[in-house]
Amino acid sequence: MAAAPVTDVRVADVSVTLDRVPVLDAVSCAVSGGGWLALIGPNGAGKTTLIRAMAGLVPYAGTVSVGAAEARAMRPRERARLLAYVPQEPVLPPDLTVGQYVLLGRTPHLGYLAAPGGHDRRRALAAMERVDVARFAARRLARLSGGERQRVVIARALAGDPRVLLLDEPTSMLDVGHEQQVLELVDVLRREAGLTVVSTLHDLTVAGQYADQLVLLDDGRVVASGSPAAVLTEPLIESVYAARVRVMPGDDGHPVVAPVRHQGGAAGILPGASPGLPG
Amino acid sequence: MRKLTALGVAAAILVVAALVAAFVGAADLNPLDTAAALLDRALPFLHLPSGLSPLDRAVLFQIRLPRVVLGAIVGGVLALAGAGYQGVFRNPLVDSGTLGASAGAGLGATLAIVYLGGAGPQAVPVAAFAGSLTGVAVAYLTGTAAGRHTVLGGGVATLLLAGIAVGSFLTAVQTFLLQRSASDIQAVYSWLLGSLSAASWQQVTTILPYAAVSSAVILLHGRHLDVLSVGDEEARTLGLRPGMVRLIVVAASALAAASAVAVSGLIGFVGIVIPHVARRLAGPSYTSVLPLSLLTGAAFLVLADTLARTVLSPAELPIGVVTALVGAPAFVWVLRGTSSVTT
Repeated sequence: MAAAPVTDVRVADVSVTLDRVPVLDAVSCAVSGGGWLALIGPNGAGKTTLIRAMAGLVPYAGTVSVGAAEARAMRPRERARLLAYVPQEPVLPPDLTVGQYVLLGRTPHLGYLAAPGGHDRRRALAAMERVDVARFAARRLARLSGGERQRVVIARALAGDPRVLLLDEPTSMLDVGHEQQVLELVDVLRREAGLTVVSTLHDLTVAGQYADQLVLLDDGRVVASGSPAAVLTEPLIESVYAARVRVMPGDDGHPVVAPVRHQGGAAGILPGASPGLPG
Repeated sequence: MRKLTALGVAAAILVVAALVAAFVGAADLNPLDTAAALLDRALPFLHLPSGLSPLDRAVLFQIRLPRVVLGAIVGGVLALAGAGYQGVFRNPLVDSGTLGASAGAGLGATLAIVYLGGAGPQAVPVAAFAGSLTGVAVAYLTGTAAGRHTVLGGGVATLLLAGIAVGSFLTAVQTFLLQRSASDIQAVYSWLLGSLSAASWQQVTTILPYAAVSSAVILLHGRHLDVLSVGDEEARTLGLRPGMVRLIVVAASALAAASAVAVSGLIGFVGIVIPHVARRLAGPSYTSVLPLSLLTGAAFLVLADTLARTVLSPAELPIGVVTALVGAPAFVWVLRGTSSVTT
């Protein structure tokens, strides 16, 4: 893929109120072009709402800018060409084929009455090849496994040649192997194509491994932001999540967050305390 | 290529159906002579000898042919409108009458028959046309207005529920009127069951502009309906305006169905079943389903009407009865192999 200009994303003082309930309160964060920003925080913290605001799906106060332009001022197609959004539970029409579905990703590039042409088909095919799903372009979506579905959805996002990927829990339905495959793929895409990635991730260790920047949200506010090592600390996680964790440095320097179970009031992991338990 | 094959086959079936319909009927016309007379009329500079008598020619060109053409138009636009609605609502169970259209047309026709007396028969098409469009407009406006205040956010569920409410209301008014005017029940019911027996070239030319414009608009939105199939939210993030697409396709489908209803009464089944047949033949993409529904619906209704006027000849069956009697078993057979029915 040819080197393309990288695109910064900046969120400044974004507040969202849904059904008169404030969900986000003056959230600010930024990610430079080609970077990976992960939004973390407990359930209900506002991660998904923030990513939906960036995608233009919920009304917000404040500004979201993509590159030099403010997202609110963009026309829907213009915004869609820059930002590709992958929801946590994408709608996959069961009878559509993989090829037809991925081609929908070209929609932002088509005039209102235009039909997709040769160039659009080539971009869709390139996207399918990129995530290794071109082999089953003729297969119906209903016939895909969980890992294949996620790759197909990412192929649809890539088919539009976006500058920014917005991923809401891209791996929540996947086992650990497929989770790694998908996240490695996203990481390669951002390194090779200069894509900027904003994702929500619930697994803190995984978030720290892949993102170069974390934003920890709690109750609609930013509690901490910065490098994984700065955000993933025991006191911060214990206070925000009300969880007991141990944070250890991993082999590659990224922090590993391990939950710790209360055991008769004793803190810490007791070696050999529960041998033979099925796991 | 599956799409082109299916379209070619459907077009061929339509041509055969039209030919069969042209020479079958109360006055038996020789098939070869009929074909020759049709070709003679259709192709300039070509003069084919035809053994048809002047009376036969009059039957063919003034009675049979307008009825065949009208049947093709009505069947085509009903199926196309049904497919359009199914795409807009992402629901395989809606058809061209769902959004208050049938109930509005029924009430309009009833009003004309009950209150206009002798002028009623002439006024029925206009009243049905206006009633059908009014029903959809009221359902659409209440649905979108109500949607703003609910969690559904003006989505398709609110619209469909509004359509059901408006339809029930209009049907109740119609039932009330009929119950107060029992002498008109026969006339109203024969209209409700649908018929093409009054077909004329004048009816064809009256509805053709509406049918053609609305069909063109629907056909141009196949790609947009495919995008809508991933849901309003994802469609928006692909740069589409779902509300605008929905308004355009609903308006065009309402106009198409109203023009059909005006000249044929309420013909059920075509608008819901034909799109599913099209899906079985050419896959779920609306870029195939829409044109295939148009052709298949046209062929189906031409054949159904031929049955309607020949089975009990010289009496006629209501065409709505034929479409359901023939269509329902055929549809079950089509569904048999379907693993999932989705829009």
